[in-house]
Amino acid sequence: MYSCSDLKKGLKILIDGEPHVIANYDFTKPGKGQALYKCKLRNMITGSLFDRTYRSGESFEPASLEERSMQYLYQDESGYVFMDQKNYEQVVLSEATLGDDKYFLVDNMEVEILMYGEIGIGISLPNFVNLRVAQSDPWVKGDTASGNNKPATLETGYTLQVPSFVEEGTLIQVDTRTGEYSTRVKE
Amino acid sequence: MVKNWQLARKRTTLEKRARIVQAIRAFFIERDFLEVETPQRIPANAPELNIDAMASGDWFLQTSPELAMKRLLAAGYERLFQICHCWRDGERGRLHLPEYSMLEWYRADCDYHSLMTDCEELFQALASDGRLCFQGKSIDLSPPWPRLTVTEAFNRYAPLSVEAALRQDRFDELIVTAIEPQLPKDRPLFLTEYPISQAALARQKPTDPNVAERFELYIGGMELANAFSELIDPVEQRQRFLKEEAQRRSAGKPAYPVAEPFLQELATMPESAGIALGIDRLIMLFCNLDKIDDSVALPPENL
Repeated sequence: MYSCSDLKKGLKILIDGEPHVIANYDFTKPGKGQALYKCKLRNMITGSLFDRTYRSGESFEPASLEERSMQYLYQDESGYVFMDQKNYEQVVLSEATLGDDKYFLVDNMEVEILMYGEIGIGISLPNFVNLRVAQSDPWVKGDTASGNNKPATLETGYTLQVPSFVEEGTLIQVDTRTGEYSTRVKE
Repeated sequence: MVKNWQLARKRTTLEKRARIVQAIRAFFIERDFLEVETPQRIPANAPELNIDAMASGDWFLQTSPELAMKRLLAAGYERLFQICHCWRDGERGRLHLPEYSMLEWYRADCDYHSLMTDCEELFQALASDGRLCFQGKSIDLSPPWPRLTVTEAFNRYAPLSVEAALRQDRFDELIVTAIEPQLPKDRPLFLTEYPISQAALARQKPTDPNVAERFELYIGGMELANAFSELIDPVEQRQRFLKEEAQRRSAGKPAYPVAEPFLQELATMPESAGIALGIDRLIMLFCNLDKIDDSVALPPENL
């Protein structure tokens, strides 16, 4: 069990049986008054954010989470399906859980899945993924307002800014941490 | 050889801090206050439910120089100030350092109203143009500063009355979460007349036995100082110490020894008033700093 003095940003605790991560934390105390621990918490399953203030004496159950190496298989109506290559167990993550990460999944890609018991609650992508440009209009010469950039849509449906020389069908590298264009991939 | 750039970048703040502390000294010396130094390692602090002392051998580091200052008052010293370090266990946050700098001053034959005037004059002396710029807000320091009673603050800003908050043990929580964030940020404010249960060493208000003659000074949304007219009845003081001790025990906290010499000498203390002001937070205000770590050279994590 954790006590209030263990609370810090990034700590994962159980609230009402669900794992939460402390997104923001501050200790506060009126000079003569009780110590109060102001937390901003994120529910790791639903992603919802909320504030809660704890006082000394309260205790917290640690949320035990593990990361498992898995391969991305496919998407179907149940969600995004991943498989543990050691024991062939499959885990499904919902679109809401993945958020924007869904745009960076390539078939057969190796990812780390954050597991709470049997539930997948998050994903760690490689820093860079290669994705093909599905649609991008040719750059109009003299369009200085947008610099040398233009919008492009990738095979996964993700839209980003790319340099003017990138054409439809080009394979590009995207930085998954920022969601931005990184470089063109030589094939 | 690696230069500590984090520390080197604090030069402007540390130079300003030194000038401000000098100006504080000059302010009190000009007004005929005696600067004193009392031991920081002591056998007993005033027992308070919510203040935990750090042990130092068989004794403790002071949580405040209060008891020593009052023994000086009782011995006939009428105007006193001290700038010293205090230690409070487990207090670490954006506005809290476990070791921090405290300014305390005491006046005989005065009550807490005189201390409000002192605060107004001290800040006038420190801020040459009568204003402070803090976190994007301009704070007008011209006196008199607004006063608001705790009862009125609860009526105005909290979902409960002060009586209900005390019954539900939510007094501190509502001060921090409901009242402090809504206090006006463009003027200093004295929050006054605390419930008698929230004042272990303060005098009861003669015209209202439910409250103590105590105030907290807020500037820029920060609690900066705590002050009160001193309780000088040794019998009542001993009872309040015993009550705080009993509350500490039932909260599972370590018991503290009784400060006997202080209780013995309290009988000769004149009517007085005293105040404790956090110097690090004052430096935050004058240097426009967002967290207390930036007001000192070396926060504990950097030691």
